[in-house]
Amino acid sequence: MEFGFTTAAYVVAAVLFILSLGGLSGQESAKRAVWYGIVGMGLAVLATLIGPGSGLWLLSVVLIAAGGGIGVYVAKKVEMTEMPQLVAAMHSLVGLAAVFVGYNAHFTMGAVAEAQAAGADVVGTFAELVAHKSQVELNILKVELFLGIFIGAVTFTGSVVAYGKLAGKVSSAATKLPGGHMLNIAAAVISVLCLFWYFGSGGFFPLFLMTLCALFIGYHLIMGIGGADMPVVVSMLNSYSGWAAAAIGFSLSNDLLIVVGALVGSSGAILSYIMCKAMNRSFISVILGGFGGSAGPAQEVEGEMVSTDADSVAGALDEADSVVIVPGYGMAVAQAQTNVAELTRKLRAKGKEVRFAIHPVAGRLPGHMNVLLAEAKVPYDIVLEMEEINDDFPDTDVVIVIGSNDIVNPAAQDDPNSPIAGMPVLEVWKAKTVFVCKRGAGTGYSGIENPLFFKDNTRMYYGDAKQSIGDLLTRID
Amino acid sequence: MKIGTPKEILPGEARVAMTPDSARQLQKLGYDCAIETNAGKAAGFADSAYEEAGVEIVESADALWAGSDIIAKVRPPTEDELGYLDETKTLISHFYPGSNEELMKLAASKGASVIAMDMIPRISRAQKMDALSSMANIAGYRAVIEAGNNFGRFFTGQVTAAGKVPPAKVLVVGAGVAGLAAIGTSTSLGAITYAFDVRPEVAEQVESMGAEFVYLDFEEEQTDGSESGGYAKPSSPEFREAQLAKFRELAPEMDIVITTALIPNREAPELWTEDMVKAMKRGSVIVDLAAERGGNCKMTVKDDKIVTDNGVTIIGYTDFPSRMATQASSLYATNIRHLMTDLTPEKDGKVDHNMEDDVIRGATIAHEKEVTFPPPPPKTKAIAAQKPKPKEKELTPEEKRAQEVAAFKQQTKQQVTLLAVGAVLLLAVGLVAPASFMQHFIVFVLSVFVGFQVIWNVSHSLHTPLMAVTNAISSIIILGALMQIGSGSFLVVLLAALSVFMTGINIFGGFLVTRRMLAMFQKS
Repeated sequence: MEFGFTTAAYVVAAVLFILSLGGLSGQESAKRAVWYGIVGMGLAVLATLIGPGSGLWLLSVVLIAAGGGIGVYVAKKVEMTEMPQLVAAMHSLVGLAAVFVGYNAHFTMGAVAEAQAAGADVVGTFAELVAHKSQVELNILKVELFLGIFIGAVTFTGSVVAYGKLAGKVSSAATKLPGGHMLNIAAAVISVLCLFWYFGSGGFFPLFLMTLCALFIGYHLIMGIGGADMPVVVSMLNSYSGWAAAAIGFSLSNDLLIVVGALVGSSGAILSYIMCKAMNRSFISVILGGFGGSAGPAQEVEGEMVSTDADSVAGALDEADSVVIVPGYGMAVAQAQTNVAELTRKLRAKGKEVRFAIHPVAGRLPGHMNVLLAEAKVPYDIVLEMEEINDDFPDTDVVIVIGSNDIVNPAAQDDPNSPIAGMPVLEVWKAKTVFVCKRGAGTGYSGIENPLFFKDNTRMYYGDAKQSIGDLLTRID
Repeated sequence: MKIGTPKEILPGEARVAMTPDSARQLQKLGYDCAIETNAGKAAGFADSAYEEAGVEIVESADALWAGSDIIAKVRPPTEDELGYLDETKTLISHFYPGSNEELMKLAASKGASVIAMDMIPRISRAQKMDALSSMANIAGYRAVIEAGNNFGRFFTGQVTAAGKVPPAKVLVVGAGVAGLAAIGTSTSLGAITYAFDVRPEVAEQVESMGAEFVYLDFEEEQTDGSESGGYAKPSSPEFREAQLAKFRELAPEMDIVITTALIPNREAPELWTEDMVKAMKRGSVIVDLAAERGGNCKMTVKDDKIVTDNGVTIIGYTDFPSRMATQASSLYATNIRHLMTDLTPEKDGKVDHNMEDDVIRGATIAHEKEVTFPPPPPKTKAIAAQKPKPKEKELTPEEKRAQEVAAFKQQTKQQVTLLAVGAVLLLAVGLVAPASFMQHFIVFVLSVFVGFQVIWNVSHSLHTPLMAVTNAISSIIILGALMQIGSGSFLVVLLAALSVFMTGINIFGGFLVTRRMLAMFQKS
């Protein structure tokens, strides 16, 4: 059975999806781009419903509507600070769906083989497709669906754990079962053995055993990765969900699935790469979890931390001409973005130059800070990337660091023994005065002492970020 | 508790230790403030201004000393003034304990706590209360102004219709706080400024102020200033000779010389000898900020201005801060206010005299009937030890070009290798895989390629929307479920139905949340 119309619709949908991703290069074109994506998806689903998927179309529509209802509800309700959790949760759904679809392909294969042996007709479009395959093609199909299920299962548990960590339901510290990565390797080896077994027997059990192994790998891998590495993890899972879709696309001989899966897969891979680069760490070392051992004793930090109060910060802001704000995960945790935005408005109204400096790995999701600031209505043209603003710090009067630590750590440049040595950082210490808004005097997530806090031109402004910035608001008018 | 400030009794002293502004801040700490009538008059602060700030005006010094728990003043106390003290009182003022031992013992015997503002340790945390620095700053500024007052020419060079005026040449000896302030003032008036200091590490600071650092042709292992609390140390005789030779060379050219060289607890070193003064041009001016300790120039007369036989004016005033009493008072009062902040951690108007605290311990010279001078060395070093900076080698344009070429070659090599390996792998796959698989495989490879090209252009700030939208479109896997849902087997239908349901959530949720986020991005 040929579906000329469906194929045509798929081509259009694929083009629309590519345009949709390409459109994200700018804030304005992005608003149009998301519509391309929506139309593309609508077209693809519609074409499938009236074409190869017409079997139980009423049930499908009802289910899509029901799922859509939940989706709409969640999307409307979610807080922008909860974005990382939501994205992780959604990845898990894609992963699970990939597992199910893969299983179905396996069952269908079995059913078709039986039917052919009995000389009966096969029911369903996919089954017909399978029926026309040669033995080599069937073998390849087995590999494809095996891969699809494996990646899907890893994505599923990995995303669930990532969700738990991001939502604070699971401790965000890196924890491993005794045995560490040997367990993962063992599970992977079993999976490979299962592949050969499945190849030979074609039975369900090896598939099932592999799924269990994959589920375990997903769980254990992400458990072993700490909170600060979450931007990499989330984009990595994003990538996996794409590859899973692509693998399923191969097994279903569906080009659109392959195209979209490959797009999403490469997108996630690039994001992971960008995040790793921003932390000056290799992808492998992030995946293996924990910060790499230092090559020697860290430089001793000299000087002392000087704390300050709202009055002095407000005074310094009052006298400053140029202000740069460096937000981090702490701002998201304290939900301080609206106060920060209000402060920005007040300072800008007084004719001061206020800008934001965003480190690529600030927050728990790539671009997390940008979204939070946008939510608080900070205009995006004053929110700058690290490369754009790093040279301007020497001419800056006041820098306010809100809830970030490692991304402003001068040890990354000065101390070759530091665990974060070589990581690109925001050079805030070159500004005239730096105020660090922080909950307490402890070290950051990575447990690395930050010499910035001990510098002569740094003042520590302790307290909850939301409260602290709120206090400033009343003092600036 | 009550903080009181008496009128300074030393003749000519115009400063006052409390201003209306500082009083307001002190009241925020929980203190009551009192001031002797007309104490601030010479500094330009009227009684009415104090009253407005909520300060009690006390008619006589007796009443003020008797009624206050903490007495803040500027000059070291006289014996008469110390007579007012008892166990319950704290005195904050300059004291110069090194040269005022008798007074210190007397104060200790009274049982009062005495904090010497000139003994505040030079550590970063204490900078805000460092009265010596704030007074030195004023002295440096005023020295230039006084010099200008006695100098018959412009500082800045001018070409006017009435003739050409050469710029004045100013030499500042000693680049401490006063020296740097003098350099700043002098350069901003337009003079060509030179500066010298025995500590080579200040050369950078000097140059940052726009002056030229005078280097000596002298090789000696110099100790850096961090070991002596940021102050200069006596130098070797050889070094001194080299230094004087350099000054002799400069003397005839200089119009104004400002000397600020002091070494803690020693007489000021002689740096500007008589023959240098003789070598200077008629009309030149020397301001000796070290006059209090004998002067860097032996011809200086303390507290006076003289003109030498060859017409060089030498100014030996020691009361520069008092000559700018308004400014000096407000800075000094702020120093005291910061000290009180550290003494009042609870902000409850009660003094917590914490002798464990480096700064408070260092400045306290008498406490609980005991003389507590000299203090133990502070736990933190004054300034960070100087680290040798490896100089980065400047690359010549040829070397840079060569590097670029090498990098380009490296890149090309990498790309070609990648392409070659990719092509071989593809061919290998093509050898074994059937044609139907290869068709899909081409689509896959091309899509990955397109994906890589497209995603690199995505703006960093849109990475979160990118994740949300890729998430939504990765739900394209719904197509697979839709194709399978029509199958006969119940299990297959069930799993497919579940998949459709889940991806349904994802599609709507993903796109909607992306739209929500993108709508928030606004241009200013």
